[in-house]
Amino acid sequence: MAVPWYWSALLAFVVVNFLLISASVLVYAERKISAAMQNRPGPNRVGPVGFLQPFADVAKLLLKENIVPYLANPFVHSLAPFLMVVIAMTTGALIPFAKGVVVADLGVGVLVLLALTSISVYGITLAGWSSNSKFSLLGGLRSAAQMISYELSMGLAVVSVILIAGTLNLTEIVESQAGGMSLLGWNLFRNPIGATIFIVTAFAETNRTPFDLPEAEQELVGGYHTEYSGMKFGMFFLAEYVNFFVASFFIVTLFFGGYLIPFQSALVSAVPALDGSIWLSLLQVMTLILKAGFFAYLFIWVRWTLPRFKYNQLMTLGWKYLLPIALVNVLVIALIISLFRTF
Amino acid sequence: MSIIEQLDFSKTLSYWPRHNEAIYRRLESKHAWLEERHHPDDDEAVDPLDNEMILNIGPQHPATHGVIRCVVKLDGETIKKCVLDIGYLHRGLEKLAESKTYQEFMPYTDRMDYLSPYSNNVAWCLAVEKLAAIEVPERAQWIRMIMSELARISSHLLWMGVSLMDAGAVSVFLWTFQFREDLYNIFDEVTGARLTVSHSRIGGLVTDLGEKGIEMIEDFIERFPVAVGEWEKLLNRNRIWIDRVDGVGVLTAEEAVELGMTGANLRGSGVGHDIRRFEPYLKYDEVDFTIPIRTEGDALARYFVRMEEMKEAIIIIRQCLDRLPEGEIRSDDAKRSYPGKDEVYYSMEGLIHDFMVTDTGVCPPNGAEAYHAIEAPKGELGFFLQSDGTGRPCRVRINSPSFSNLQGLESMLEGGMMGDMVVMIATVDPVLGEADK
Repeated sequence: MAVPWYWSALLAFVVVNFLLISASVLVYAERKISAAMQNRPGPNRVGPVGFLQPFADVAKLLLKENIVPYLANPFVHSLAPFLMVVIAMTTGALIPFAKGVVVADLGVGVLVLLALTSISVYGITLAGWSSNSKFSLLGGLRSAAQMISYELSMGLAVVSVILIAGTLNLTEIVESQAGGMSLLGWNLFRNPIGATIFIVTAFAETNRTPFDLPEAEQELVGGYHTEYSGMKFGMFFLAEYVNFFVASFFIVTLFFGGYLIPFQSALVSAVPALDGSIWLSLLQVMTLILKAGFFAYLFIWVRWTLPRFKYNQLMTLGWKYLLPIALVNVLVIALIISLFRTF
Repeated sequence: MSIIEQLDFSKTLSYWPRHNEAIYRRLESKHAWLEERHHPDDDEAVDPLDNEMILNIGPQHPATHGVIRCVVKLDGETIKKCVLDIGYLHRGLEKLAESKTYQEFMPYTDRMDYLSPYSNNVAWCLAVEKLAAIEVPERAQWIRMIMSELARISSHLLWMGVSLMDAGAVSVFLWTFQFREDLYNIFDEVTGARLTVSHSRIGGLVTDLGEKGIEMIEDFIERFPVAVGEWEKLLNRNRIWIDRVDGVGVLTAEEAVELGMTGANLRGSGVGHDIRRFEPYLKYDEVDFTIPIRTEGDALARYFVRMEEMKEAIIIIRQCLDRLPEGEIRSDDAKRSYPGKDEVYYSMEGLIHDFMVTDTGVCPPNGAEAYHAIEAPKGELGFFLQSDGTGRPCRVRINSPSFSNLQGLESMLEGGMMGDMVVMIATVDPVLGEADK
């Protein structure tokens, strides 16, 4: 399906702005949800019920002085936050928001996704290295080690999905989950172990608690972004929220039926006018955002409940548990598929 | 000394570089293989990949609970060697005490372990009362016990909150602080101040525990055990938390005794020493309570010990409230303790006594010496006093639990991970106001 370039450009513009706005909404949501968990009111001064607080924070960060440490490498020091944001936003291009509504409908979408998440580690590592601060360096090193240990399991979890769907295209992966009234066909039910592994590794990839070792504000005083100030820090902050929101989208896309509305076929047969109309696409976008919103909530929920892992425990979990389980999972699924090709 | 020599500050100003050099030298000196690094001809001893890094943690670091400085030698994430540098909060309390009357020094003790000021007040007053042989009325003793146990809960709550927060679970910190807020309200009601209570007086207390105060305490001891139960439900089976503290910072019973650990750090290592039981002060010999002891000696054991201690404190407070007698709250001997306000306002003798107690204070006999220790939340808190017969102490020495507990921290940290560091500092539970005096 050839899409005119202006349609893609418009969509990309919408997606980038959607992600930017959603980051500030998520910041607000995180602060409100954590406040509710800690029996306190949370932000309630700026705007109605404090809703404009994230925007005030951004304005504050823009006005802050940009401090570059004396011995830092200024080019790399500035490059790192840009890298983080750009990659986080680029991954957004791969999300199929509805049938046919995707910025880059690549035949190898899954591979591009894995490649982009792998590059994002450079942002953190370079930030840690270029700051020329020991705490930042430790944070950067931790991040590099952590990403390597989790990328493998994540890749294997995705491989199991690819095996089931038989395609690398994300839209087709979503469409392959349409069986069982678009609910029982979810990869969650066809591949529960892969889903669990992917969710766990998604936490690790996005550096969220309990895997937030690169930041670890109590040990490393912020880790890789210790030496950042002003909007550069703001960009790390933005990238973190965009990252975990995009990660929620990919969890949904790969394992929870993506944009498919549960009982979609029943809905379409009940209201035939909906089929192929823009309203169906809108409904699908809403469904996807709702599903992703749930996972964004999960990310926040976990962050404010669980303590953080220790470095060696994280390595143990990654290499000794997740990787073998993911390997066996891929093997089993490959065997089942080669034996009964029908699924 | 000539004026030029007096103006030469080079020695004074070079204190800091010399101090740092001494610390870095200590970092190198203990292990033989580290010493070998200084002979580059020995190729094996050189660290070819330059893996090692010296990292200053503190004094301004979020997890150091004040202003402690740990200089650590890291190999990757592993702490090879650690040297503690304390004294950033040194205020010379022991020397200050020599120019204060016994009563005047009491507010200074509030600032020592600022998480449990009441215990410090009680410890100081008990030491002075022992020195000057002052009888304290029964009611005052029971009230002191209630409030000290509340201070123990307050201190342990902060320990729990920050140790969980250091491990990454921030919510627990705020939950414990809601209960600390309740405790502060109780202190506010009973003593008139939230943090720096200064409620004890030599020979008794300044104000009585009123109806409202008792009500608030009763309400608190009703609600608190429920909350502790909920926290235990969350934490005791939390794999990440247990993995973080299990087997971390192990001290055997012998090591703990040798390093001079006190309090929960000692009892977590299997040494059942609690001054409340072995040298009972106040009325601790008349109440029924158990002393929680664990033998593992790791951070998890100390966690369990402190959690149990909070519950025991509730049991002690319940018994105290049941047995709280009526009567005076301050010794009736006007030469040794403050007369009541009624007396001061309406009688000449009262006014004179008030003036004399403020100006001269209690005068223990010349040459008298006393050491009195209590079981403060952090461990054995003792004051050694020497009198020269005046109203001001001739010598004061403070045996503060945080100071002696910090001695164990260096050996605990060595061999640990960077992530353990925060857990271990939290598990030792130092308060630097007390350690640095």
